[in-house]
Amino acid sequence: MRHILRETWSGLKRNRAMAFAVMVTMWVSLSLFGVSVLVAEQVDVMKGRWYDKIEISVFLCTKVHGGATDLSANTCEPGQETTPAQRELIQTRLEANPDVQEVLYESKGERFADFQEAYKNSPIKDTFTAEDMQDSFRIKLKDPEQYEGVMNEAVTLPGVQAVQDLHQVLDPLFAALNALVWGARGLAALLIFAAAVQIANTIKLSAFTRRKELGIMRLVGASNSYITLPFVLESLAAAVGAIICSGLTVAALVKFVVIDRAKPFIDTLAWIGWDAAWVAILWIAVTGVALGVIPPLLSTRRYLNV
Amino acid sequence: MITFDDVTAVYPGQPQPALHRVNAEIEKGEFVFLIGSSGSGKSTFMRLIRHEQRPTSGKVYVAGKVLSNLRQWKVPEFRRQIGTVFQDFRLLPGKTVFENVAFAMQVLGKRTSEIKEAVPEVLELVGLTGLEGRRPDEMSGGEQQRVAIARAIINRPKILLADEPTGNLDPATSVGIMRLLDRINRRGATVVMATHDANVVDQMRRRVIELVQGELVRDQQRGVYGAE
Repeated sequence: MRHILRETWSGLKRNRAMAFAVMVTMWVSLSLFGVSVLVAEQVDVMKGRWYDKIEISVFLCTKVHGGATDLSANTCEPGQETTPAQRELIQTRLEANPDVQEVLYESKGERFADFQEAYKNSPIKDTFTAEDMQDSFRIKLKDPEQYEGVMNEAVTLPGVQAVQDLHQVLDPLFAALNALVWGARGLAALLIFAAAVQIANTIKLSAFTRRKELGIMRLVGASNSYITLPFVLESLAAAVGAIICSGLTVAALVKFVVIDRAKPFIDTLAWIGWDAAWVAILWIAVTGVALGVIPPLLSTRRYLNV
Repeated sequence: MITFDDVTAVYPGQPQPALHRVNAEIEKGEFVFLIGSSGSGKSTFMRLIRHEQRPTSGKVYVAGKVLSNLRQWKVPEFRRQIGTVFQDFRLLPGKTVFENVAFAMQVLGKRTSEIKEAVPEVLELVGLTGLEGRRPDEMSGGEQQRVAIARAIINRPKILLADEPTGNLDPATSVGIMRLLDRINRRGATVVMATHDANVVDQMRRRVIELVQGELVRDQQRGVYGAE
């Protein structure tokens, strides 16, 4: 064992520049990989926050809107308000839907009060009256992702003028964010692959310069693990250095960019915190160790077989 | 100890087999010269014994094992029973005599105390006591070959394969090396030596196996280099 460690140490010393280059490559690749994990976590957190706020709004018929064509639904009698009986039926049907958690009724008056509150400093507020508002139901879902069933039911109920849902707004945004996540992942995968190739190549060179020793080792019957171990330890040493550096990089990113800057600056968004950083660091460690072990095993194989 | 049973070895892309239907049996404790010109199949013969290649057909038995049945991961363990010496010595230039010999024990994971005891003993056997601290480039060819022999026998192999061990040495030095190999043989190791060196073969008068273009043409007890 002592001999193996000595071999590893002398290998590292001999290829100091090479080991350093490998470490830097791994550092950059692992850091980017960590960032891709953070981006995915960030998108998840934002999704969770926004989807939590998502409600389906079911607007009821008014005298004004009656008969007007609308995108999502229109079961209104022209010029007629939704009758109390229809309203009750809508409420019971919605409450009976298994995906629905809560149904809240909001009358014209309440809506108007909300509107005036929201635009209290704007001249717009005086151009509308309570009669311009609509009675509506606000529906909270058990699982915000399962909204289609409720919407499809709501549009068929008599007395519903329109069904509106924030998914229509958010889905394209999340599609873009998902593309961002996968782009980051793809780039990270490419860099990690490049790092693996570089490691394999470096170890191959290092084995080539030691081929005489390897030949003698094989001749006297050194076991395969004995021959491979110094190479694995060598690249593992570089990997551990890279894991520490990229762990610190990711931690610094979360601390100085997200927690200290972004969070106070854009308070309305949900931001990732230390737990996300730990997840990223864990992934970095696992990937880094794999990166340190697998390529040298592959590249020294040809020196082991006969 | 070593048996070739109808062994043929063909290298890919070459019409002529390197060995063709060779049968030979080498007993435990024998000293055998393997002679023949370059390309006659001597090296292939040695490689087959070390299991560095597999026969195209036929079977090679070494130390009671059929080599074709040997699992890949068992090969290192198998090779520990065979010591090998080459024409070009194959010493590690950065290491001293002591370190070169000790290397063969270290890579098998032997303890330092064991190594410190065994290396001086074997250096004494090969006649290098006092030169432990030298490096290969500070030594004569004969001395370097002695280091290589010491390394080959330090783990007490049952078989010693010597591939033209005197090929780079002058006649006087060769005699010394042959005496050493003879002594190792008398200690119980089976020795197979491939050689071109007619003087050595004629002086020793040991068993001679002659290969010509891959065919075994002569297997003679107490033989000489040229056929009588």
